[in-house]
Amino acid sequence: MINENTRKTIERFIRKFPCRDSALVPSLSLIQRENGYVSEADMEELAKILRLSEARIFSVASFYTILSLKPIGKYHIQVCSNVVCSLLDGYPLVDYIAKILGIREGETTPDGMFSLASVECLGSCGYAPALQINMEHYENLTYERIEEIVEMLRSGEVWK
Amino acid sequence: MQKILFKNIDVPDARSLDTYKSRGGYAALKKALSLPPEKLISMVEESGLRGRGGAGFPAGIKWKFLPKDRNRTIYLICNADEGEPGTFKDRHIMEFDPHLLIEGMTITAYAIGAHHGFIYIRGEYNWIAKLLMSAIIEAVTEGFVGYNILNSGFSFYIDVFRGAGSYVCGEETALMESIEGKAGRPRLKPPFPATFGLYGESTVIHNVSTLSCVPFIIEKGPEAFSKIGKPRSHGTKLFGISGHVNKPGLYEYPMGTPLRKLIYEAAGGVRGGKRLKAVIPGGLSSPILTADEIDVEMDFDSLLSIGSMLGSGGIIVMDEDTSIPMIAQKTAKFFAHESCGQCTPCREGTNMIKFLIDRIIAGKGGHTDLEQILRLCRYIKGSTICAFGAAAAMPLNAMIKKFRGEFEALVR
Repeated sequence: MINENTRKTIERFIRKFPCRDSALVPSLSLIQRENGYVSEADMEELAKILRLSEARIFSVASFYTILSLKPIGKYHIQVCSNVVCSLLDGYPLVDYIAKILGIREGETTPDGMFSLASVECLGSCGYAPALQINMEHYENLTYERIEEIVEMLRSGEVWK
Repeated sequence: MQKILFKNIDVPDARSLDTYKSRGGYAALKKALSLPPEKLISMVEESGLRGRGGAGFPAGIKWKFLPKDRNRTIYLICNADEGEPGTFKDRHIMEFDPHLLIEGMTITAYAIGAHHGFIYIRGEYNWIAKLLMSAIIEAVTEGFVGYNILNSGFSFYIDVFRGAGSYVCGEETALMESIEGKAGRPRLKPPFPATFGLYGESTVIHNVSTLSCVPFIIEKGPEAFSKIGKPRSHGTKLFGISGHVNKPGLYEYPMGTPLRKLIYEAAGGVRGGKRLKAVIPGGLSSPILTADEIDVEMDFDSLLSIGSMLGSGGIIVMDEDTSIPMIAQKTAKFFAHESCGQCTPCREGTNMIKFLIDRIIAGKGGHTDLEQILRLCRYIKGSTICAFGAAAAMPLNAMIKKFRGEFEALVR
């Protein structure tokens, strides 16, 4: 559901840009950040707020990779699997994290805490290997650092 | 050595407006506002500044393409989508010296008569988007951006627009589609953005690094810029060096610096004392170079002459243990994933190539598969709306042609 605050921000987007439609991508990203994913109900509601067809909303929501149309973990771990991170052993990191979490790539832990995905270049090639958790970048990763990060998230510590 | 983009990189807290001003920041803007816009356009044209995003189009010419009718709405867009694998230059400018970009944008806006600008930043750079927004607020507070800039009567507003994860949105017209609230699918050109861009209005779009060169050109004069580098490739460039090197990172060098010097001097050579095998010189879409080709000078023409391209200047270094078929597999996977799906040759071709390379790596491929990949590369290149098709086909074609033995060893 789109809550009152989110709705207000969306209305601010509408006023901010020269054209109403420009609010669409920022609104979807906002819903993604607030709700963890973009549900069908969210898209229906957004269609009404922006006065666009539901088909239009869906065509955009399904195009961009940051937007998820299915529920994902509270912490969505996205590991870069592109060339440079792979050169620096980035790819085994996915398998390593999968082992720690006890899930496979593309899955979510039963408690809904973590989900794991391999993604394309995060723009961290100079600091590879890298991953992103929700909207935070982590770079120059080692196996030890990954264990630390997962432990920190498990213990509920809010990270910087 | 003259630094243009990295002049403040070693200064602590360079991102704050006070530090930027104390280093001479916004002096170029003051100077620009005292000159007629036509003068600024000719200065940038004389400097020979060419686009830093990959295509290398001369910036001054782009500005001149705008219709002369000054009553038309003109938009300025800064392309900060930075998605090309191997590239991480723009994030540094925005993160450590955001006012350099903001000053460059404001000068450019004044020159072309734009009153509204967008910085389209990739969604993954969330923290940088926030930094940019606070830098813009700082600049507005002191009158460098916004209404009636420095009492000149000229107004210019900047919005930060965050993408949501799409490589193809780095293509200028796809980026405009994305701002207009659509899926990022490139438009047919012509019409070019100068006549029909964002919201159908005249639009000038530049990469972060291009706009960040503008304050130097205006302040120091076009000759100061054009005497750096090589003929037809003036100024400096940020080279991002990654992969198997001792000191990966971002280095500013004049255009035309030999690739060997960048790898062995700037980046400290190949990691672990190993031998160099191959280099991708300008982001993943630039055709791969063998170790014998690294005496090439890093400028637009020199790289073109050996069948590659300067691209974004993202240099990916690979040592002797690297498997080129594995790199090709990652490359094919990337392009198949990022194709927007609009043109059949690209959508089907990239996925077919991925399928064939996966089969070869799995040991189930045949010689005909290699030929088939090369044929698909030929079919894709030039038969799509945007340059994405060529960007996918060229590097794969080069990997197979230059390291054919490694692929042959995998097929039956």
